[in-house]
Amino acid sequence: MEKTAFELKECDVAWCPGCGNFGILNLMKEILAELSADPQKLVFVSGIGQAAKIPQYMKVHYFNGLHGRALPPATAIKATNRELTVIAESGDGDMYGEGGNHFLHAIRRNPDITNIVHNNMVYGLTKGQASPTSEKGFKTPIQVNGVILEPFNPLAIAIALDASFVARVFVGFRDHAKQILKKAILHKGYALVDVFQPCVTFNKMNTYQWFREHTYLLDDSHDPKDRTQAFGKATEAGKWPLGIFYQYEGKPVFEEQLSVYAQDPQPLFQRKFRKEPVEQLIRKLKE
Amino acid sequence: MSFERTFRDDISIVLAGEAGQGVQTIEQILTRLFKQAGLNVFGTKEYMSRVRGGTNSTEIRVASFPIAAFVNRVDIFVPLDAKAMDHLKPRLTDKTLTVGDRENLKTEKEILNAPFSKMAAGIGGELFSNMIAAGFLAGILHIELAIVYEVIQYFFGKKSADIIEKNCTAAKQGLEFGREACAKHRIHCELKRDPEVVGQIMISGHEAVALGAAAGGCNFIASYPMSPSTGVLTFLAQHGAELGILVEQAEDEIAAMNMGLGSWYAGGRAMVTTSGGGFALMGEGLSLAGAIESPMVIHLAQRPGPATGLPTRTEQGDLELALYAGHGEFPRVLLAPGTVQDAFLCASRAFYLADKYQIPVFILTDQYVLDSFYNAEEFPSVSGEVTYFVVQTGSDYKRYRFTENGISPRGIPGFGEGIVCIDSDEHDEGGYITEDSDVRTAMVNKRLKKQNLLPEDAMAPEFFGKEGYKKLVLGWGSTFHAIREALRRKGEGDTAFLYFKQVYPLSGKVAEYMRQAKEVVCAENNATGQFAKLIRRETGLSVDRKVLKYDGLPFSVEDLVAKL
Ligand SMILES: Cc1ncc(C[n+]2csc(CCOP(=O)(O)OP(=O)(O)O)c2C)c(N)n1
Ligand code: SF4
Repeated sequence: MEKTAFELKECDVAWCPGCGNFGILNLMKEILAELSADPQKLVFVSGIGQAAKIPQYMKVHYFNGLHGRALPPATAIKATNRELTVIAESGDGDMYGEGGNHFLHAIRRNPDITNIVHNNMVYGLTKGQASPTSEKGFKTPIQVNGVILEPFNPLAIAIALDASFVARVFVGFRDHAKQILKKAILHKGYALVDVFQPCVTFNKMNTYQWFREHTYLLDDSHDPKDRTQAFGKATEAGKWPLGIFYQYEGKPVFEEQLSVYAQDPQPLFQRKFRKEPVEQLIRKLKE
Repeated sequence: MSFERTFRDDISIVLAGEAGQGVQTIEQILTRLFKQAGLNVFGTKEYMSRVRGGTNSTEIRVASFPIAAFVNRVDIFVPLDAKAMDHLKPRLTDKTLTVGDRENLKTEKEILNAPFSKMAAGIGGELFSNMIAAGFLAGILHIELAIVYEVIQYFFGKKSADIIEKNCTAAKQGLEFGREACAKHRIHCELKRDPEVVGQIMISGHEAVALGAAAGGCNFIASYPMSPSTGVLTFLAQHGAELGILVEQAEDEIAAMNMGLGSWYAGGRAMVTTSGGGFALMGEGLSLAGAIESPMVIHLAQRPGPATGLPTRTEQGDLELALYAGHGEFPRVLLAPGTVQDAFLCASRAFYLADKYQIPVFILTDQYVLDSFYNAEEFPSVSGEVTYFVVQTGSDYKRYRFTENGISPRGIPGFGEGIVCIDSDEHDEGGYITEDSDVRTAMVNKRLKKQNLLPEDAMAPEFFGKEGYKKLVLGWGSTFHAIREALRRKGEGDTAFLYFKQVYPLSGKVAEYMRQAKEVVCAENNATGQFAKLIRRETGLSVDRKVLKYDGLPFSVEDLVAKL
């Protein structure tokens, strides 16, 4: 497939020059082309924020909904039409802050969707407040003395909930990121990829340089099937590991267990209305 | 001490006991029993927000003619414990016949002693005392033992032969005791039976809403449990597999609403069912439906607020919430069924309207209308056709294409060659974010234009009365039957009634109806007269008098006879 298949002819990008979001956008377009994703069957779901604008800059179906609310519609879209490939993509504030409850429960449901989170450890769109993943001591116009809250650890939480795919990448390590994002999309079940993405405008602490120096790639000694080891990696002090932390293949998928598909595999929109079952229930009330 | 009573044509029986004491089981058995005997039945519950203890009561009206409203009067009262006696006290009069087990009730009051517990002990334990009580009432109403056995078979058919037999013995002993009591104390219950009733539907409001939604082509419901809206979710979950409806209990109402919108986007036909507090959490999602022009069906089951309020009681207090919820300006429709037939039709119609105009449509009900049930001669038939408004997209598809009437053909991903982009930010025709003022203005106009189309498709209010009326009563939703019966009882030929099953937008000649009356009275189950305010907003006319009730209970027929 042509690399340009997902390219929009015109688009007015609202990101700052040098922003890590560009790297992710380019990666996504490449990956989708390399995977020969069917553009008619591919849906992006996002919330609100700088990261959440990503589907606007690709030639794809999208549901760009509310801040924090990408996962519920993503789950429902997949459950309503299982033939669609669904990618829920937004920022760390969106997914882990405003949408925190949906994050927990999406993992529990395990729909076959990919959840990509642009983690810049700051609120970009609203101009630089702390995000759930901001490091302690990070100063902002609101956290004037620096963040005092414990940073949210999405990977540890996902592993604790036995998420079926848990990974972290840094957009600056292109090839590595690409390889793992691909695996996440191909994985059957809920797949979380937390992507370190520098915000060059509002986060002067976690820069490209900083991420390069404070991360390392997981090697073969890490077994992603080992949940305990994965949890250890997710909570490790010191440098941040990058790679697939945990993968549970064959975990039962939400939409495959739904009774609406027990007799009929067709997407809901293709089904003809059947009045008989309704009539039968009405008849029962007359008995 | 005399228990001599004569009850004719319309008998109100009230059963009351602690939560967990089986009031509901007796209610189920009795209502079926009465219907199978050809008697018209109406049942309504009143219960506390607790799983054990307290006092719950159920009123069962049996009549020679169709009835469907709550009456305050209690003809026969069956308390199952001492607390029940106190709970019902305000409704009891000299005419009430109280029947119960003196030993359990620990009362010195004048009651017809029926030793249900002792009789039950002889059969196999306390468990059977409810069946004895049911048998007793069957005996008083002269229902044949054969019908009682049939009903026991219906409910316990799958249980062991021993259980069935013991229940039959219990019912038989109760029935015989009832007959003897009638003879001994000269208790006369005169009811006309109608064999037609046996084959009629007996349906509750929540069943009617759920079935109506199914008939409207609903195939997705995501919701979070909240009384009194949960019945609809439970019903659809029980029958989801056969109806082809995907049922999901969401983590919260925010998720439920956003899931519903996701499903519509992907070609589903979704609804949510909730109550005031849950709906408050859906406000942002409702606004999203407005922005992305998504269809959405919201069953808003009202209960008294603010906040948690009275969780299991009734009120019509969320009309304005539904009317004004959601930031920004966008069109909507509010339906408010007052009968089981209308509950079915409104729920079904909600899907049609939502899909046709790509707007949120509300079905506003309340605890009273949902938990009440009765037999009905007529019930709407299920249409074989559901109109689908989804289009197959072409390669140049634009989700928000400007059109004459504001409605852009709605495509879905995976059906056609186009791409379908929707955005909660202000967007252009293609669905892409824009801050262009001209596009913004055009989009607002496009969305609001749809509001102008809605009155044409609105259900007009139903008029009951004769030309030349002097007084006009306005009512909406669940007050329907009580108002009707009250006016019938008053028998004032110059009073008319206008019943609204669609409260917004209004259609028809509401103002004309109002102008013809000397006095316009609006009856509603809330404290501030929300519908009267809406009428004024829409017609410029004020009602002359408001009849309001907000104690958590529905209007009784007697309340309205006195106040209308
Ligand atoms: C309900 C609600 N609250 C607040 C906002 C304002 N808001 C928009 S984006 C955002 C946070 C953005 O941070 P993040 O999700 O990390 O994305 P980024 O912009 O950094 O990519 C906030 C608070 C909103 N749109 N909706
Ligand atoms: S504000 Fe930060 S995250 Fe947003 S575009 Fe600019 S650099 Fe990127």
